Amino acid sequence: MNKTNRELILAFESSCDETSVAVIENGNKILSNVIATQINSQRRFGGVVPEVASRHHIEQVTICLADALERAKVDYQDLNAVAVTYGPGLVGALLVGVTAAKTVAFAHDLPLVPVNHMAGHIYAARFAGEIKFPALALLVSGGHTELVYLKEPNSYQIIGETRDDAAGEAYDKVGRVLGIDYPAGRKIDELAHQGHDTFKFPRAMLKDDNFDFSFSGLKSAFINTMHHADQVQQQLNQADLAASFQQSVIDVLVAKTMHALRQYPVKQLILAGGVAANTGLRTALGDAMEKYHPTVTLLKAPLSLCGDNAAMIGAAAHVAFQAGERADLTLNADPSLEFDWIK
Amino acid sequence: MIILAIDTSNQPLSVAVLQDNQLLATTTFNYHQKDHSTMLLPLIADLLQRVDLQPDQLDRIVVAQGPGSYTGLRIGVTAAKTLAFVLKKELVGISSLAVLAAPLQPENQNTVIVPLFDARRQCVFAGIYQQKKQQLINLLPDQHLTLAELTAKLQKFPKVILVGHDAQQFNQQLQAELTNKITLATGVFDYPQAYQLGLLGRTAAPVEIHSFVPRYLRVTQAEKYWLAHHQEKLNEPLVEKF
Ligand SMILES: [Zn+2]
Repeated sequence: MNKTNRELILAFESSCDETSVAVIENGNKILSNVIATQINSQRRFGGVVPEVASRHHIEQVTICLADALERAKVDYQDLNAVAVTYGPGLVGALLVGVTAAKTVAFAHDLPLVPVNHMAGHIYAARFAGEIKFPALALLVSGGHTELVYLKEPNSYQIIGETRDDAAGEAYDKVGRVLGIDYPAGRKIDELAHQGHDTFKFPRAMLKDDNFDFSFSGLKSAFINTMHHADQVQQQLNQADLAASFQQSVIDVLVAKTMHALRQYPVKQLILAGGVAANTGLRTALGDAMEKYHPTVTLLKAPLSLCGDNAAMIGAAAHVAFQAGERADLTLNADPSLEFDWIK
Repeated sequence: MIILAIDTSNQPLSVAVLQDNQLLATTTFNYHQKDHSTMLLPLIADLLQRVDLQPDQLDRIVVAQGPGSYTGLRIGVTAAKTLAFVLKKELVGISSLAVLAAPLQPENQNTVIVPLFDARRQCVFAGIYQQKKQQLINLLPDQHLTLAELTAKLQKFPKVILVGHDAQQFNQQLQAELTNKITLATGVFDYPQAYQLGLLGRTAAPVEIHSFVPRYLRVTQAEKYWLAHHQEKLNEPLVEKF
């Protein structure tokens, strides 16, 4: 295979409870994207137990690697680089991917490209279309809720983030109160479509002139409502509860994003992260964009790539690789890695 | 046979390159354990380069499989299994406790060697070993047990040598229970040597790479609790691949 017109990156992802290895061609074509998910295991505990996650990663990592190469029909000598998520995430989980990726890079003398997991989430959108710069990304996941400004390829600056819980975290906590299994996002989304926003939960920080989010007040209001109903033995409509919770989350996310777009004129808005799979959010954001920013295109990460996967890491790695970013064999996991704030 | 031996199971980090039973190069650090992730691969690369070997010239990777620190074990085992897999080489796992026991050669054949690691809350990871005709024999499999349980298991042996850095802190306690039976190996033996690991791994049978995992010898708290309450669900797959 000719390396000059075909850039192949082998990417590893192991920051939370998915072990994934992918082979990506030229940053936008998935040759393989193997994902081993631990959801069945972690569901036992109602959330991700870090030590259990790390143990599963080590059981899976070479199996995923073997499958990824086989499905892509490539061998080590066809590769141009090895990429890996080195943060943010669970340190023990990250270390498995980082160690495996460094070992492959060492064994076959390949360049090593370090990737921020959040850059990966953003670049999942690359598989839906080309990214037009400058762009703004709304990143919503179990661990993060942030607005990121992308001035040019391989440049990421935070303009706002959650002050407390991430949106996905709020979904999981509310799910627990509703008796919904971990991870609760999809089921709350489905339930919400059968109900109405009758509870009118608070919308935090909407009036503040910044781009930060807060979801802990919403979570508390939700839990208080449930407790109060319990005490007076009143049966609340589950669908309405879900719809009211979800509407509050969506309103805040959409309003803050519209506000950010007024201050940062961009060509494109990117929606990414695990919660970006939420149909309510996808629809609401699309409607708001049409209404307030019709000239800005909306690029949504494909539904199948909203969760954690190595394909998105490979896509982000392509841009970093082209920009000359490299790590050596001392690369370590950085569990609290984050983008710089905009100046 | 060219062998790469890796021990990251506890605070010491030891790597060796062997040609059959000859040592070509080795380095042992006993500094910060949190540096295992940053140090292991650069050290392997450096040692191989200094003995003019390419990674592909390795025939076998031997790794200390546990017990030990979970994080340390994961780094060593992940590197070892990935290296063996991508280079299509043999992989061997050796008990981290056996590595400490192996260099001791008691005068009396009936003396038992007890390597141990502190597992906190009056618990240890330990095994009982003996040297018979130049061969290290395992009498009690490596396990996680309380100090009291270990004491009970040691009662029947006439002489016991404790080995390992953590052995010092339990020495007095064990002495009190097992009068006159116990001696402490000298400090030289406290640190695992990857050369020793390589020698043990040289004659052991290679394992299947994908299913190779650390021997933690202890389930996580969360799983222990879950298993106690959900025996019926044991047959469901925990990890699904797409
Ligand atoms: Zn993620």
